[in-house]
Amino acid sequence: MATSVAEAGTARPVRTRFANVLFWRLVSIALVLGAWEIAGRIPVSFAFPPFSATFAAFVGIILDGTLPAAYLTTLQPLATGLVVSAVFGVMFGVLMGLSRTAEWALAPVFIVMQAAPMAALIPLVTFVYGIGLTAKVLAVCLLAAPVIVLNTYKAVRTVSPSLLDMCRSFLGTPLQQVTKVILPAAGPVIFAGLRLGVAAGFIGIVLAELLITPTGIGDIITYSSSIADYPTMYATIASLIVFAGVTVSILQQVETRFVRPEKRA
Amino acid sequence: MTQRLARPPRLTLAATTDAPNIVEVRRISKSYGNQIEALRDVSLAFPRGRLTTLLGPSGCGKTTLLKIIAGLIPADAGDVYVNGRVVTGPGPERAFVFQDFALLPWANVLRNVAFGLELRGMAKDEREALAAKYIRDVGLAGFEKRYPHELSGGMKQRVGLARALAVNADVILMDEPFSAVDEQTRRKFQEDLLQLLAVERKTVIFVTHSIEEAAYLSDQIVLLTRRPGTVAKVLEPRIDRSHGPEAVRRDPAYLDAVEEIWAMLKQYLA
Ligand SMILES: Nc1ncnc2c1ncn2[C@@H]1O[C@H](COP(=O)(O)OP(=O)(O)OP(=O)(O)O)[C@@H](O)[C@H]1O
Ligand SMILES: [Mg+2]
Repeated sequence: MATSVAEAGTARPVRTRFANVLFWRLVSIALVLGAWEIAGRIPVSFAFPPFSATFAAFVGIILDGTLPAAYLTTLQPLATGLVVSAVFGVMFGVLMGLSRTAEWALAPVFIVMQAAPMAALIPLVTFVYGIGLTAKVLAVCLLAAPVIVLNTYKAVRTVSPSLLDMCRSFLGTPLQQVTKVILPAAGPVIFAGLRLGVAAGFIGIVLAELLITPTGIGDIITYSSSIADYPTMYATIASLIVFAGVTVSILQQVETRFVRPEKRA
Repeated sequence: MTQRLARPPRLTLAATTDAPNIVEVRRISKSYGNQIEALRDVSLAFPRGRLTTLLGPSGCGKTTLLKIIAGLIPADAGDVYVNGRVVTGPGPERAFVFQDFALLPWANVLRNVAFGLELRGMAKDEREALAAKYIRDVGLAGFEKRYPHELSGGMKQRVGLARALAVNADVILMDEPFSAVDEQTRRKFQEDLLQLLAVERKTVIFVTHSIEEAAYLSDQIVLLTRRPGTVAKVLEPRIDRSHGPEAVRRDPAYLDAVEEIWAMLKQYLA
């Protein structure tokens, strides 16, 4: 029909546009890396290695297994914390969206948590929960949960009242109202909250590993900086940034693929 | 909606059923907070198998009255009776068509039309077969797999109408169903609606802002006063619809009704 004609007409331009985007993206990456290389060679600071040295250090810690092992260590509390935050965060968020009482009791807590500099609480976590896995999981949750809860809560609250009236007038039960209208309607915003939560969780785990006990990635960063092995330190930090970026953009792909925001008005 | 059907003479229809008024509104009052009194002591009867329009100045409480009849909001005083029973909430004998369509954006036309049946727990095959029939009836055959954002306003409202017809309610409540639709689409839709209703034998309560629409569609026209809404007048234009839509718009009874409504509503304009 009309749309298939339009698609056939735009297929080629779309592909060339994609190639264009890719080209300029590569150009911008090359510019940044080039600037890094030059700044490192001047040098701007003795603690700032050029890109080439950093990259060499990166290959080195991958080949000797340090970096993969560190990631395995780091990912454990990160994944645990994120799963816990996602499950309970969405649950609390939906509850707050549905019930005035739950909103009254919980919303201020999470709003304060989101606004407060949670990093400052991490030493307190150590004080209460020690330096083990629990403390690190908790650090991830502290940073990830508020944004997940608040996004879910807002998403549930902003579901179109006319859709709710519609569900009620066609004899939907309160449970059906939640499962067939509220959750699907709130889905995209909840998912966006989860994506932000994952990004916050990364901050949480790095802070935990730097402030509680140096393990995993935090250990490499702390150790290499203490022995002035700056290329390794920068390589680790850069790998973390790339890893977080890739994770979040994969989530974004999943979101557009499965939550289908394009099917919405 | 392929064949042209003249509307049956409704007087005989009403006489064959036990209670002539399928919906009765008795002394309804409703305020929002302390400030806004929306409806005051409204009593109305809606004859079975007829189309009644509610017409009145903006903000006079038309939507409020319709939602009270639907059981979506409670009245402060008074009762609504459907088939002789007091309304305490939404019921299977009433279906609503929404001004903003209220379609699920993530569901295709077929699922949207079948949604009322889905909520009642009807099996998927059965409800989709029924929905497909009503999609054809409202003239949307071939659009079953489309999503709401791919449809025009007029088509969306046809989906809303099909959804209301699919649950087989006796009473269909429509809140300005054509207000978001352009004039040509609106006229076509009005004609289609009349034909469809002639086949389906529904009682319709219809809110509109349009005098022509009210006169064109209605067996009974309820004029409401400015807020707080009270019943100003009930008209029953006896329009002969057997010669098609063009003839209706030239019918003296139609023109008289338009004139009378305008004379009445004019006084509310500043
Ligand atoms: N939920 C609400 N809270 C407070 N006031 C409301 C609410 N709903 C409606 N009102 C007010 O009550 C009055 C009647 O509203 P209603 O929507 O029933 O009017 P209406 O006749 O449908 O108007 P319109 O022709 O503009 O659709 C209006 O003054 C409106 O502002
Ligand atoms: Mg209204």
